[in-house]
Amino acid sequence: MKWQLVDTRKGTRCRVLEGGSGAPLVFLHGAGGLFRDNPFLDQLAQRYHVFAPEWPGYGESTGEELLEDMLDFALHGWDLVDALGLRQPHLVGHSMGGMIAAEMACLAPREVGKLALVAPAGLWMDEHPIPDIFALLPYQLAEVLFHDPAAGQALLTGGADLSDMDALKEFYLGTQRRLTMAGKILFPIPNRRLSKRLYRLTAETLLVWGAADRLIVPAYAERWRALIPGARVEMVEAAAHMLPYEQPEALVRALAGFLGQG
Amino acid sequence: MKFTWFNLMPWPYLPDDFREKHRSVWVDIPNTLYDPRKGHHVYHTYLDQLEYAETLGFDGIGCNEHHQNGYGLMPSPNLIAATLARRTSRAALCVIGNSIAGYNPPIRVAEEFAMLDVISGGRLIAGFPVGTPMDTNFCYGQIPALTRDKYREAHDMIMKAWASTEPFAFDGKYNQLRWVNCWPKPIQQPHPPIYIPGGGSIETWDFCLDHDYNYSYLSFFGYLRGKSLLDGYWERVAKRGKDESPYRAAFAQIICVADTDAEAERLYAEHVLYFFNRCLHVFPPFADPAGYRTMATIKHGALAQLTLARQKILENLTWKQLVDERFIIAGSPETVRQQLEECIKGLRIGHLFCLFHNGNMPDWKTRHSSKLFAEQVMPHLRDLWPEWKHDERWWMHPMDDRLRPEERRPGAEKSAGEWVR
Repeated sequence: MKWQLVDTRKGTRCRVLEGGSGAPLVFLHGAGGLFRDNPFLDQLAQRYHVFAPEWPGYGESTGEELLEDMLDFALHGWDLVDALGLRQPHLVGHSMGGMIAAEMACLAPREVGKLALVAPAGLWMDEHPIPDIFALLPYQLAEVLFHDPAAGQALLTGGADLSDMDALKEFYLGTQRRLTMAGKILFPIPNRRLSKRLYRLTAETLLVWGAADRLIVPAYAERWRALIPGARVEMVEAAAHMLPYEQPEALVRALAGFLGQG
Repeated sequence: MKFTWFNLMPWPYLPDDFREKHRSVWVDIPNTLYDPRKGHHVYHTYLDQLEYAETLGFDGIGCNEHHQNGYGLMPSPNLIAATLARRTSRAALCVIGNSIAGYNPPIRVAEEFAMLDVISGGRLIAGFPVGTPMDTNFCYGQIPALTRDKYREAHDMIMKAWASTEPFAFDGKYNQLRWVNCWPKPIQQPHPPIYIPGGGSIETWDFCLDHDYNYSYLSFFGYLRGKSLLDGYWERVAKRGKDESPYRAAFAQIICVADTDAEAERLYAEHVLYFFNRCLHVFPPFADPAGYRTMATIKHGALAQLTLARQKILENLTWKQLVDERFIIAGSPETVRQQLEECIKGLRIGHLFCLFHNGNMPDWKTRHSSKLFAEQVMPHLRDLWPEWKHDERWWMHPMDDRLRPEERRPGAEKSAGEWVR
């Protein structure tokens, strides 16, 4: 896969990881951004034409000051689709990216191929309060996100040696920048009333969930299914919230089964 | 020099094992630790102390806003100031201040501050903090990345509301009001003195200088650590071509006065350590949500180091360390006089927020320390800035013929008679 830069009409400049051929598929990353290695994208690119944009405020993408609220975020998603010249792409979103993909689909339901949401944020259940990711100590993050926290910690830091002050500072700055952006739609409660709009969805929808998700527990999968008529849920064992990185084969299998070759 | 007697109003009943048992004094502190019946006595003790400070000759008495915490019992500083407005008549009421990004709509602050200014006869000092992240973001739910933008908008609405003589429409990003018409209006014109408490965001310096507001550096880490920050501020003042009046800046300082240095330790050590060990015990993520500080401030770096250093420092503090490293200024009147002069001159400040009550300090010790200061320290420090003696730009301008309601009790013979003409 290769990186390219895309300018949107609004004025953001986004770095997009692109590869493969076939039906267009846009993958929207979660609040932590894309990692250094994203094997599930490589595998998807063997079947589809994959576009994985980095959101403004992430990696080398800029223009974050132009996006302030949920509507800005969702329209930015469509601006990217336009800038990439895609028609009716499949939308696949993980966590915060799932929230954005669902919101995009509510705004323009007929512009979506199929919709796949992987442990999406965007709903709130009082009986299952989502841990406050903005109030976690660094070592707590991996515990909340990963089935195997030790392996997860290595993924989060991208292999950087955090005992090195410069590496630590860079990691801290990157995290601050990413979560600054994510906070615009996730703080203090990751609910921007998407549930009121989900009735508008017309695309076929799949929900994929890690059975061991401790951040957005699997009870949320049922809630999504209840709100989206005809939606299917696939549970993946031995995976928590970061299932795209924990069980890439299982995710790609589930997505391929749902999206087909089309 | 202007001296303001400030009370943070901490909860004095935090258990000895608070630090071990609980992760934070702020945001998610168990509210079962609060006892409203004891709280009744605590509030009155603290309010009495503020009133007492006026009788000792302090220029101002101060309060501030914090939420969901055992560090300070004033979610509404305006309620505190309202009681003081009726029971005092000479001291400035320093409300430092209302965290305006959290008010909806912010016109509420313009109204309440105007009420306080009118009731007190023009004695209000109006503070507009962004608010700590614990308060503004975690307790009051404001989005960190947008907090400063919302703060600026709230500021603009309040200042325009005070300045305008006609109703106007305010079409803000966060607040839309078709009819803004502040009533009552403040006595002090064009507005009460504005103080901006800052922790160290470099944007705050320019904001203060853009509007000629006072910059108040509120820290509990003393003047040696505060110096690099204030130096940065004064450099900015010079670069902007503003005059160097020390009254542009204020600093908060914990002060303990006793007859001797040894006596100060004997009387106050446990209470000061209670403050540092329990009242400042904040779960670190609550103090630093992504987006609260701008990337420019983070990259500026000074504060990030301070935040990290702060956590370490707080772990094993001793009285000796607090005194030697000047976190606090404590000792005999002579010791305090010397160190405070160094502090005031070193930081170039015209306003000092003096913290005499600390942690669980009992009333008598608080008063003892305050009285010694007022009688044996304050007079010697009054005229440290002779060349700026007449600079009243950052101080209250009360009515001369204001009432003295604390001298008028219900049933008193003197009635108001006709309305004032």
